[in-house]
Amino acid sequence: MIGIIDYGMGNLRSVRNALDAQAIEAHIVDTPAAIRSAQRLIVPGVGAFAHAMRELHQRALVQPIRDAAAAGTPILGICLGMQLFVSEGTESEHTSGLDLIGGVCSRLRVTAPQRLPHVGWNAISLRRPHPVFEGVRTATDYYFVHSFAVTTTHDEDVLAETEYGTRFTSVIARGSVIGTQFHPEKSQTSGLRILENFANWDGTC
Amino acid sequence: MVKGKRFTDFRDTGDPVSAARIYNAQNADELVFLDIEASSDGRRALIDVIEAVSRECFMPLTVGGGVRTIDDIRTLLRAGADKVVITTAAVEDPEFVARASDIFGAQCIIGGVDVRRTDAGEHQIHTRNGTVRHSTALAAHLTELERLGAGEIFVNSIDEDGMMQGYDVALIRAARAATTLPLIVCGGAGHFQHLADGFEAGADAVACASVFHFGDNNPIRARSFLKNKGYPVKFT
Repeated sequence: MIGIIDYGMGNLRSVRNALDAQAIEAHIVDTPAAIRSAQRLIVPGVGAFAHAMRELHQRALVQPIRDAAAAGTPILGICLGMQLFVSEGTESEHTSGLDLIGGVCSRLRVTAPQRLPHVGWNAISLRRPHPVFEGVRTATDYYFVHSFAVTTTHDEDVLAETEYGTRFTSVIARGSVIGTQFHPEKSQTSGLRILENFANWDGTC
Repeated sequence: MVKGKRFTDFRDTGDPVSAARIYNAQNADELVFLDIEASSDGRRALIDVIEAVSRECFMPLTVGGGVRTIDDIRTLLRAGADKVVITTAAVEDPEFVARASDIFGAQCIIGGVDVRRTDAGEHQIHTRNGTVRHSTALAAHLTELERLGAGEIFVNSIDEDGMMQGYDVALIRAARAATTLPLIVCGGAGHFQHLADGFEAGADAVACASVFHFGDNNPIRARSFLKNKGYPVKFT
């Protein structure tokens, strides 16, 4: 069973719909106990880093997510959910993140003609194979909508990068944790394949 | 579902859920639903459509028309919308855009502008489905929408709507000059060269309805045309 973490920040429904369409069992979870009993976790979310961390703390979900990562539970972060995986956000204030993967989340630096938010379809270049990207076509675009991006402390935690005026990290992965800056649940065939792969992934590489 | 000309003269274009399903199969980049009446009955029907579409179309869904309150936005997002277009309320109550952006994030809020051209070529902002004219200058309004926290701009030409004679290129240029936000243009596409013209004038994305509804055209063909012309299009 996949637990989709509800912390008041985002469109859980589209993630749920994308899993339902593939007959993948998923539940919305919002308590420490429900997180502990889930076999896999998805952290969705759109919005601001600091606000999201406050919401997670208020619901006492920070430690259960860290414990799940430490125990090797497969965890997928999407967009803001992925950004929360790093150590620190620098959006409007410095905020500690979930710190599952060392790094910072900061505003993308782009120059004209690129604009922020980076919104629309864009490609990724995968640095190495990963079970969650198995069988996914290389020449595929994914749906992005964000103004911030992560920079990991360790280069080996970068799974894929994307060009948008600058080169930024679009997928991070370490152990059983993986995060995509794009929205697989909004990225048509390839996005659905990524979710399906995640649902079958045991968290090892 | 209907498609009009110049915001009137609507023709029935079939079942919106079926149409969405077809666009999904053709890998359209994004679907935009505009509620032209924004009556309470119509709104309920629209929410049902968004719920049905979001269950099987895994692409960005944008909804506009009659978005006036934080609750309106919350209801649409819960139904499965990813973004909302705020047009009339952005003129009548600009702070609403700021509140919405604070709560839901700029990525969720599209500033909509419906524009009519005067004989002198001036672009006038209209609200309430093109029935009320405003004196605010287009450039000033777009700057204000950006300041208030809109994440994208959706510019609709009332004169060109449904006419299939091409976008109002001067309008696109004027909007482009006034905002650094991603710019979606709508109103006038009749064949694929018009889409290229829209990009040349500075649009980041082009919206089409009639060109798909009233001809043997689809997003796959549109992308092929643009790709052959050297424009970056989505890999599917």
